[in-house]
Amino acid sequence: MTTPIIETQSLTKTFRVKKKTVEAVRSLDLRVEPGELVAFLGPNGAGKSTTLRMLTTLLPPTSGTARVAGYDVGRHQAEVRRHIGYVGQGNGAGHLQRGRDELLNQGRAYGMTAADTRARADVLIDGLDLGGVVDRTVSTLSGGQRRRLDITLGMIHAPELLFLDEPSTGLDPQNRAHLQEQIVGLHRAGTTIVLTTHYLDEADAMAQRVVVVDHGAIIADDTSEHLKGGLGVRVTLGFATAADAEAARGQVDAAGSTEAPVVTVQDGAPALVVRHRDGTTWAADAVRRLEAAGLVVTGLEVVRPTLDDVFLSLTGRSLREAGATDAGATTEEVAA
Amino acid sequence: MTTTTTTAAPRASYTRPTGVVADVVTVFTREMRPLARDPFQVVFSMIQPLFFLALFAPLLPDGAFPGGVSALQWFVPGIVAMSCLMGTSMVGSNLLLEMQTGSHERLLVAPVRRSALLLGRAAKEIVPMLAQSAIIIAAVTPFSFELHLPGVLVGLAIMAVFAVGMASLSYVLALAAEGRDWMFWAVQQTFLFPVLLLAGMLLPVDDGPAWLRTLSALNPLTYVVDAERALFAGTWPAGTILAGVAAAAGVALVGLGVGIRAMRRQD
Repeated sequence: MTTPIIETQSLTKTFRVKKKTVEAVRSLDLRVEPGELVAFLGPNGAGKSTTLRMLTTLLPPTSGTARVAGYDVGRHQAEVRRHIGYVGQGNGAGHLQRGRDELLNQGRAYGMTAADTRARADVLIDGLDLGGVVDRTVSTLSGGQRRRLDITLGMIHAPELLFLDEPSTGLDPQNRAHLQEQIVGLHRAGTTIVLTTHYLDEADAMAQRVVVVDHGAIIADDTSEHLKGGLGVRVTLGFATAADAEAARGQVDAAGSTEAPVVTVQDGAPALVVRHRDGTTWAADAVRRLEAAGLVVTGLEVVRPTLDDVFLSLTGRSLREAGATDAGATTEEVAA
Repeated sequence: MTTTTTTAAPRASYTRPTGVVADVVTVFTREMRPLARDPFQVVFSMIQPLFFLALFAPLLPDGAFPGGVSALQWFVPGIVAMSCLMGTSMVGSNLLLEMQTGSHERLLVAPVRRSALLLGRAAKEIVPMLAQSAIIIAAVTPFSFELHLPGVLVGLAIMAVFAVGMASLSYVLALAAEGRDWMFWAVQQTFLFPVLLLAGMLLPVDDGPAWLRTLSALNPLTYVVDAERALFAGTWPAGTILAGVAAAAGVALVGLGVGIRAMRRQD
């Protein structure tokens, strides 16, 4: 087994807010191997950012330990800082500065030579399509341009481990897609990436490994496929009458279903709903079987599970609701 | 459309450890860049001192000041001090902006020493201070201000030390007021004028009531301004100059000490 690039043991962070103790992160045990692309998924206030801030030396843990790139985040902050890149939720580039000046300065901070920094900055400026705006004052850039500039700042020194805290928040769909492409490219080149997101599709599209966080604890840690695989594909068969749907329930093969067939009403029509591990094949088979039995299927819908479904099945709340209800006491705000 | 491979990180690491001095230079250089891009901004914090110079100084009667110097000769060192104090006391607002927008956080994660984050910023404030002083002196030299260059240079060196201290204190205030801009400005504005007036910047306090003279004696800027006045007039009274040096050094030591501690407590 390789040496992990991130290893935490019982990592805990509590804050005192109005005489109440808020447990932002509870006894987190996490191990990330070099070369992984890990997404922390969870609602606002789940503890994602607080965890990232501890791993990047911005916040001292209340208890527990964390080693990043082989160094303890409490005792060897300088070493940790030299080995990581960090793109926070805010703008890394100073609003009064020019983009290229910030890039050159960032390289300097990491001990890069001016020539190395200039060459690397040119590559990144090109790759993130910032050529037209990088010599302008940062405050005059659009949100998407600033976000891309922030990411180039986090990457200028080619860190072996890059943390991105909600990198795509505030980006339009085109820029989000563009950013995902960049992150995947970096990962392919060997960079270990840890990012937080509350966009399900983002975690789904990029990450090999999704760590679902809720109320400061890890509630699931697996590949996106495995997380969803456990739920099964949702198949809805429509019928002309409730009697047909009921009859169909007796005919279909329930083996391999993750949720037994139930008769319900969907969009005003009687329907039979099943969740099945191999839902697409099952649906085709069920239609044939029912036709043979003389039951006419009037509608068919096959929906693959999303990480939203995963979150719902893990917590009983949808990701959006969880974010809305927790927003009042977000620990992320306390941490900021 | 760009390809993702262009930004891929080569596996060779570029980073190497940097020393304290290199870190201070990094922060200093970063702070200098917006100023170098737009040098006109040094004038911004000078608007009020220039008004005092243009609209208040002519009201001062010649021959009424200690040492028998011209009114302008007496007044200019105070205006240099005022311009320095106004400029340096507001620099914390830049840090407030950077804390609010996120670039300060980025620098906290970068391998730059906390002490350098303060030292580099504070040291940079010497540059606009010198530029502003040069503008003031250039503006008054054609009039009844006699330029004694060696004295002025030593005076500005003392003022530079004071500027580092004041700028550090302004950054301390910014760190303490994080997220509450109004608090930063309330404190800065509350302190600014009492400190200036009690230092005898506009009028001598020598003939003032005892309580005012006591407050003035507690104000470090008083000693700095007294030393500036002596030096700008081309005189070298050792006691006055030494007191000015000590006061400026005291402010610098306290400012840097408290400032570095405050910056370290950021994490």
